[in-house]
Parts: sequence; structure tokens; C-alpha cells
Amino acid sequence: MEMNNSARGGKIYLDYAATTPVDAEVLKTMLPYFSSEFGNASSLHSFGRNAADAVTAARESAACFFKCTSEEIIFTSGATESNNLAIKGVLRAYNKNKKNSGKKPHIITTVFEHSCVLKTCQKLEKEGSAEVTYLPVYSDGIIKVSDLEKAIKENTLLVTVMYVNNEIGTVQPIAQIGKVIKKHNSKLLDTKYQILFHTDATQAVAYFDINVKRLGVDLLSMSSHKIYGPKGVGMLLVKKGTKITQIQDGGAQEFALRAGTLNSTGIIGLGKAIEVLEKNKQKEIKKIKELRDYLIKKVLKEIPSVRLNGSRSKRSPNNANFSFSDVEGESLLLYLDAEGIAVSTGSACSSGSLSPSHVLLALGLKPEQAHGSLRVTLGKYTTKKELVIFVAKLKKVLEKLRKVSGELLKEYYSKKK
Amino acid sequence: MNYSKQVIDHFTSPHNQGVISDPDGVGMVGNPTCGDLMKIYIKVKKNAKRGEVISDIKFETLGCASAIATSSMITDLAKGKTIKEASKITRDNVAEALNGLPPIKMHCSNLASEALVAAIEDYKKKK
Repeated sequence: MEMNNSARGGKIYLDYAATTPVDAEVLKTMLPYFSSEFGNASSLHSFGRNAADAVTAARESAACFFKCTSEEIIFTSGATESNNLAIKGVLRAYNKNKKNSGKKPHIITTVFEHSCVLKTCQKLEKEGSAEVTYLPVYSDGIIKVSDLEKAIKENTLLVTVMYVNNEIGTVQPIAQIGKVIKKHNSKLLDTKYQILFHTDATQAVAYFDINVKRLGVDLLSMSSHKIYGPKGVGMLLVKKGTKITQIQDGGAQEFALRAGTLNSTGIIGLGKAIEVLEKNKQKEIKKIKELRDYLIKKVLKEIPSVRLNGSRSKRSPNNANFSFSDVEGESLLLYLDAEGIAVSTGSACSSGSLSPSHVLLALGLKPEQAHGSLRVTLGKYTTKKELVIFVAKLKKVLEKLRKVSGELLKEYYSKKK
Repeated sequence: MNYSKQVIDHFTSPHNQGVISDPDGVGMVGNPTCGDLMKIYIKVKKNAKRGEVISDIKFETLGCASAIATSSMITDLAKGKTIKEASKITRDNVAEALNGLPPIKMHCSNLASEALVAAIEDYKKKK
């Protein structure tokens, strides 16, 4: 069943990086586990066993997809929890080792991680429990491996770099970083201070190589609702032997790494979403990339005063992020919404804070360029017709908003001189 | 964050939007860092009975939904008022007339009242 335009009441959804609709096959697989197969996967009776068997099958599908073992998969409530568990869990394991007492560990991350990673790192820094290096990002939206190599210190415990940036869709050199860390670790005589490598792959799973062996990661986070699975479920892949401890106290679920009753229905949905994804992945990447390239080309050609944010080639096949001059993103978003089109913006005004996207500012954009940004993300239900309508409506609302703003920006800067 | 119906109405169909080519007063406030720039143009006519009256008012705004809505609303509130009356319009008057603004957007209503005050000051200077 296609979740097409008419199924959404004629509206056009171009915000697949925010979330995706649950695939029909996934939903069908999940349904019995809400009511008739409702057992607690930890219970020993038949109700529990039925749920546990289905969870095991989902775990196996996931393991097969990520090329790891079933025991390396920890189901969580989503990427935010996975990222918190990865960073805080590694730090907690480090601190538990008495030999490490008094020696503050070092974490390397980037300036444009998702807020759940950034805020975790900032908090650890503030508490005094870790020192953190934030790698810069360049105008193409990609970090430099050489910067990372230079940032490694004797006490570096963890490197955490996102695979694909959620706003601008740029791809980070994860496999290359994996090699650098492996090389560094192999030179160390004392295995106690091996650097662990974590990646937040939330936006990458549907579009990039996700073989954890090739990537060389010890920890990988992902979320189900970005790949046509249900919300509220995700996972953290933890390579066997990784020194990590649970951060939430309670039961011994998920190999004693994540206490709490298993969200079996969600997990089963995630397992199915992975199966569906795996089956069509290459075909869909090709189709979505063609549509996205068509969109970028059309927007840059037909709309004046626009720029594409982030590298044109090294970006997720489903992402286009533009900045339009003389308009503000929230206004643009709401005007488009009134036309039945759903997109996203890095403008401050939409996020409940007063400063614009830290990602766009990190790329070196001026505040007004960051305020005038629009993120358009495609998915498996996107059609060319939808994009044609989108660009036509975009032109219309831009014209309207640019009329409202007149030449204010130009005037402001000419007065400043 | 939800906008009131009034905010959405003024945002989608702003009143008094545009330029006055021979204004008696102009006020521009805001900066691109915070994301909002606002400019108000006024035309003033002397009325025997009421004194100086704002006979026409227009605005241009680069900003979010509430920046546009507050600009539109303040032009409605000021139009036909005397200079003295118009100077007394506060940010709260603007926000109330729009049936409230989300707390984080209150600075937008401040910007609108500042732009009007700046236009009135400009008029007084030119007199």
C-alpha cells in the first residue's frame, strides 16, 4: 500500500528527516502484539515466551543488517537514549575502574552533533567528569580526519561523531575515522586506554553502508521512526568486549545494559522496518537521490538569491538544505504549511530558542542566512509531482514574503557602513 | 508553540503592508542576528479638532510569523490615532490585540512598538 499524496489529504510531506510514517507491512506485523500477544518478554510463561520469540527474531534481523551478533544489539527508546547510554555508559565503566581514579577522561566530538550528544558532553564537562574537544566543521559541512588525529590525547576515552548530520545531511568519514582509531589503539601497549568509537547513525541507516565491521565502530545509535518504523524505539549496537555500564538502574534486560520492560511491540516493528528497508535499500537510494538532485537543480536554477548549505555531493540522498535571502525560515515554513506542504527550518524562531541553528552557524553562515534556512527531506513515498508542486508553491510564498521584507536587509547593511 | 488565530490571520494577510513614498516619519528597528528587521512609515495630517493624526501607516518586516503579525497589528492600532495617542501604544497592547503571543515571541511585540515610536520621533525631528 502506497502512502501517497491523497492518503494525506492532498498534503505534501517533505520532512522525512524529522520522522517517517510507519510502513504498512510494519504496522501489520506489530498489531497482534498490542493485544493478543501482549506478554512481557521477560516472563517465563507462554505469553512471555511468544513475545520473547518475536523480539529474538527482530534482534536477529537487526544483527543480520548491521553485520553484528544478536548479543551486540541493545534495544532502547530511541537515538537520544542510545546516545546518552553510549557516552555516559562508557564514562561510568571507566570511572568504576579504580585504576582510573583521579584521571579525567577525554572525549572527542564535533561542534554540530545532535543536541542529545552536545548537551551530554557539555554536562559532563561542567560536572568536571570529562574534558571534551569539539572538532570544527568546514563550509562543506564535513569534519577533517586530520583534526581528529591531532585532537587525540593520552587520556582520550571516546570519540563520538555523527554519521550523517540531521540538518544539512552531510556525511562524515566514519570508516576513515574507524581506521585512524584502530591504528592508534594497535600502537598502545596498555589495552586499558584503548579509544572507543561511537557514531550516531540515526540519519544514515536508510542510505549508507551500515556494516559495523567496515565502519570500525564500537558503538552505533539508531532510531526506528526514521526508517518507517514506530516511534519510541531504537537501538545501541555495542561491540562485544566494549567497556560500558548501564546508566539506568533496574532489571537485567538487554544484557544488563538497559533496565526496563522491553517495548516488544516497538521492537518487533523495528525488526520488520529493517527487513523492509534491507529488501529495497539500493533501489530506493537511487530513486530518492534522483528526485533530490532534480529538486536541488530546479530550486537553484529557478529561484533567485538562494544557496545550498553543505556539500552537494557528500550528503544524504534525501536531504536538501537551502538558505533564501530576505526571508525568515519560520515564516516560510508556516506559509508553506498553509499551502499544505510540510518542511523544516533551522531558524531560531521555530525551535523555541532565540539563536539560529548551531549547525548552520558552524558552517560559517551569517545569522540571517541561518534564519532563512529551509530543510527539505525526501522519503520513499516522495514523487516528482510533489516536488513540482512544492517548487511552484515555494516560489509563490517567497515572492510574497520578499515583498513584505522589501529591501530592509540591504538598507540595514548600507546604514552600518 | 501555538499561535492564536489572530496572529495567523495577520501573518497570512498582513494589513497596511508596503511603503509610503513620501513619509512624514520613518522608523527602523531590529537586527539580522536576532532575525527580525522592522520598518514603519507614517503620514501625518493636521486636524483642526484633534491635532496631528496618523492618516496613513505602512510597514515592511523581515522576520518570523509573530514579527509580521505584530507589525500588521500595530499599524491597525495606530492608524487614525493622534501622535500623542499612538505614542502610548505598548507592547502589551499589541500582544493583547493579537490574543496573546507565545512567551518567547514577546520581544516581537516590543519591536513593533519600538518601530512606531522611532517613526514618531523621526516625524517630530523633521517638523
